[in-house]
Amino acid sequence: MKNDFLILLGLLLFFNCSNANTLISNKTHSIKEAVRQAQCGDTITIDPGIYSEGNIVIDKSLTIIGIGDCILDGEGKFEIFTIQADDISLINLKFQKSGYSATNDFASVKILSSKYFHIHHCEILDSYFGIHISNCSYGSISECKIIGSPDKEQNTGNSIHIWKSDHIQVFKNFCKGHRDGIYFEFVTDSYIYENISSHNIRYGLHFMFSHSNTYFHNKFIENGAGVAVMYSKNVVMHYNLFKENWGPSSFGILLKDITDSKMYGNQFIKNSAGIYMEGSNRCIIENNLFKENGWALRVQANCNDNEIKKNNFINNTFDVSCNGSLVLNKFDNNYWDRYVGYDLNKDGVGDLAYHPVSLYSVLVEQNPAFLILLRSVLINILDQVERIIPILTPIDLKDNSPSLKYYKFND
Amino acid sequence: MLKIIKYFLLDILNNKVVLGLSLFFFIVSMSLLYLDENQNKAILSLMNIIFIVVPLISMFFSANYYWNSYEFKEILLCLPLKREKIILSEFIAVSLSISLSILVGLGVPCLIFGAETNIYYLILLAVILNISCVALSMWMVILTKDKSRGLGLVLLMWFYLTMLFDVLLISIMMNFSDYPLEKIVLVLASLNPIDLCRISMMLQLDISALMGYTGALYKEYFSGSGGSILSLSILMLWIIIPVYLFVKKFGQKDI
Repeated sequence: MKNDFLILLGLLLFFNCSNANTLISNKTHSIKEAVRQAQCGDTITIDPGIYSEGNIVIDKSLTIIGIGDCILDGEGKFEIFTIQADDISLINLKFQKSGYSATNDFASVKILSSKYFHIHHCEILDSYFGIHISNCSYGSISECKIIGSPDKEQNTGNSIHIWKSDHIQVFKNFCKGHRDGIYFEFVTDSYIYENISSHNIRYGLHFMFSHSNTYFHNKFIENGAGVAVMYSKNVVMHYNLFKENWGPSSFGILLKDITDSKMYGNQFIKNSAGIYMEGSNRCIIENNLFKENGWALRVQANCNDNEIKKNNFINNTFDVSCNGSLVLNKFDNNYWDRYVGYDLNKDGVGDLAYHPVSLYSVLVEQNPAFLILLRSVLINILDQVERIIPILTPIDLKDNSPSLKYYKFND
Repeated sequence: MLKIIKYFLLDILNNKVVLGLSLFFFIVSMSLLYLDENQNKAILSLMNIIFIVVPLISMFFSANYYWNSYEFKEILLCLPLKREKIILSEFIAVSLSISLSILVGLGVPCLIFGAETNIYYLILLAVILNISCVALSMWMVILTKDKSRGLGLVLLMWFYLTMLFDVLLISIMMNFSDYPLEKIVLVLASLNPIDLCRISMMLQLDISALMGYTGALYKEYFSGSGGSILSLSILMLWIIIPVYLFVKKFGQKDI
């Protein structure tokens, strides 16, 4: 997949511009000048130094490579690169202090309506938006380090912001301290992998209307509100880590109107809610690990036909909570550490069904003030009684064949 | 007064109950810490046990001891000693001995396993809860005329504190769920030392984030160093007020 893409990119570079391979070394210490002199398809190498040249507009196909430590400074006033051309490569550049504006989305690198762009090994510090891409296709952002100095949510943009694009690859980036780590809107057929997004003010990953994307081996750690994904279908997420997204309105991942999607092999550790599902249909949640979360799963009653199977639930305060008694989702073959049944025929599957929704979690769902009774003696007794004779908890919400063995996943 | 405390203490330590108690705490905490690979889970289980057992034991034991040492107190009352001093020394001796057994029984396993700081906070809460329960039960016992009534009242009190109170809380929250209850529930919860201990322990364990707005509010009151001081000082009131009451009552009582 990746190789095909690179070959394609090479071919297009070759055919698009007749006089490729000219190398312009930037001796004049002006990137603007170098860009002005360059022909379509040229490569510009930039010597070490600090360049504060305001806004640099690039309107032809170029490869810009930083040799050593070259820093492009926006002085807190300007957007640094505005790119409006196809076949663009930016390699080994450092950007800092792009401007802030309440009306414009100033970014360190902004790419508009481009095909075949490639941003590799760049470092972006203290910017409003890090990389801002709109209406592009066939691009990649890789091994970039984007670190903001968070102030308030409204004063900072997103690390990687992509709007109305397709076939984008975002991989091995490190995003920290912006509003959202990775933000997608109307982005389709893209691959997002091996990124680390942490300590962002709002979400580590946030996408809307972005169909058929695949996310794998990413890490989302200690973001203000975790990860929120909305209004998308055919999303595949596997082997991601959602960790320590801990706060009153924080989630490991919030699935809002996500349909026909798959989540497998993910780890949800120490989030206040591992997965919060709302209006999500036909999702398969398989082989995930839920450990030490407040709620492992919060499934709202407007979700249906989701399959939750072969997951591990360990040490969560509440395993599952839901806000209605109608159950349209299927729980099967999960490992629950609270399960107290038996297995007479020794097939590794418990003979009694497990009811993951406790009476107390129903009460808490109705009135959060009940949380003051967390782990009181009375609540323990009521939970045990309810488990034997269910009255308030949804009877149909049960795992008919709970696994007795902890699943060992190898990713 | 020190002398009287000493005699009471020697008497209590003589009858081996304290030794048995510390052994019980030792075995429970040892097995929990040893069996559970996750220490946080062990702390939670330990907390559940402690907040049932400690009030029961300290209330029952102190009520019993009051009647067992009745004759000794009668002799002391013949001497030129103040009544307050006698009953206070008994209170101090009883609470000291049980506190000692808690400290030894729970503290030693924690030191062996190198437990987290949370568990030491739990031990502190257990000791304070114990003292407050001893004070409460002595007040109950002094209020009543004979042993069986006193013990009955004490057991009722224990049952009320561990369960009935929570039932009341639930019914209040159910019936008034249309109103903003957070602050009221907060005040109500501090009317029960066991609940107060439990909540302040829960917030130490960082579960508060679960609670959304409610939790944020509780956290503001009960968590952090300021919150711990607040909850500990309310617990202190739960010691001071019963002590004042039973000392006053004993002073007036016709023995």
